[in-house]
Amino acid sequence: MHELPVIKKVLDICLKHAEASGVRKVLSIDLKVGKLSDLEPEWMQRFFDFASKGTLAEGAKLVVERTPVVLQCEACSQKFEVDLESRQEVECHQCGAARCAVVSGREYYINNMEVL
Amino acid sequence: MGDISVIEMREGIFEDNDRLAGELRGRLRTQGTFLLNLMASPGAGKTSLILRTIEALRDEFRLGVIEADIDSVVDAEKVATAGVPVIQLRTGGFCHVDAFMVEKGLGGLGGDPLDLLILENVGNLVCPAEFDTGAAKRAVILSVPEGDDKPLKYPLVFSVCDVVVVNKLDYLELSDFDVTKFKTRVMNLNPKAEIIEVSCKTGHGIQTWASWLKREIERLKR
Repeated sequence: MHELPVIKKVLDICLKHAEASGVRKVLSIDLKVGKLSDLEPEWMQRFFDFASKGTLAEGAKLVVERTPVVLQCEACSQKFEVDLESRQEVECHQCGAARCAVVSGREYYINNMEVL
Repeated sequence: MGDISVIEMREGIFEDNDRLAGELRGRLRTQGTFLLNLMASPGAGKTSLILRTIEALRDEFRLGVIEADIDSVVDAEKVATAGVPVIQLRTGGFCHVDAFMVEKGLGGLGGDPLDLLILENVGNLVCPAEFDTGAAKRAVILSVPEGDDKPLKYPLVFSVCDVVVVNKLDYLELSDFDVTKFKTRVMNLNPKAEIIEVSCKTGHGIQTWASWLKREIERLKR
């Protein structure tokens, strides 16, 4: 839903690095986005194509790695991955307790980019 | 064709927003202003809870409100009628408020000292959850008619909040909302979140909500 402001940020950061390094063209951008985010990679690419027109990053491909949601049980400290898309009830995989905190899955990170 | 090379960036996409949010949090703490980021879907009762909060705390604290809407001033007018300083941010199509918009809002409110400033975020359970606004605490309202399954559908917002207000409790017996199930679903993601049950219509639970706010305002000033 908020792909456009996010993509504008991605583009700004990439162009800043690209200009500082004097590159001619950005070929691809490697991103890590946690699965707790509702961003859709397909829409991210469409918005990116639109926003990057006429820049060094025009035509670059976004490679989006969706990092898993990991919870940690408050009772036994066990960390485990969950598939929240299944909309299933969550419980600790080890002790069955319900009180768990999110330890990862909220990442929003630009890893690197391939350039010419 | 030249050689392909890789530039390592390792940079957070929201780094500049997060930096400004951190600065705002520090600035507001120094001023003794507790900023609450209030998030909920449209119609959950954000403005109603704000009006109830004004009623409950206006004699004790200096209050202010930042209203954010995609393109209207209806909520700001209601709050202004209650007699507290309010500024309306039109997000112009944006589905959330970020730290840059809050900074603008703070400028618009002038320099009057406030104890509690409530940011009414855009009605939406998805996007507002992603952006740090500089608030000291984040609250989510979930109203009974929306259903007890919302933490399963919108886990992010329930995982980043400090308090969940269950509103429209007066509607409970007309619905199949299961309060215990809802609480478990919140705890599954965020065991530290407090859950407060209210009805903005009847006033039920508003004292508990006001006490939570009072405690947080006083904690910030210590």
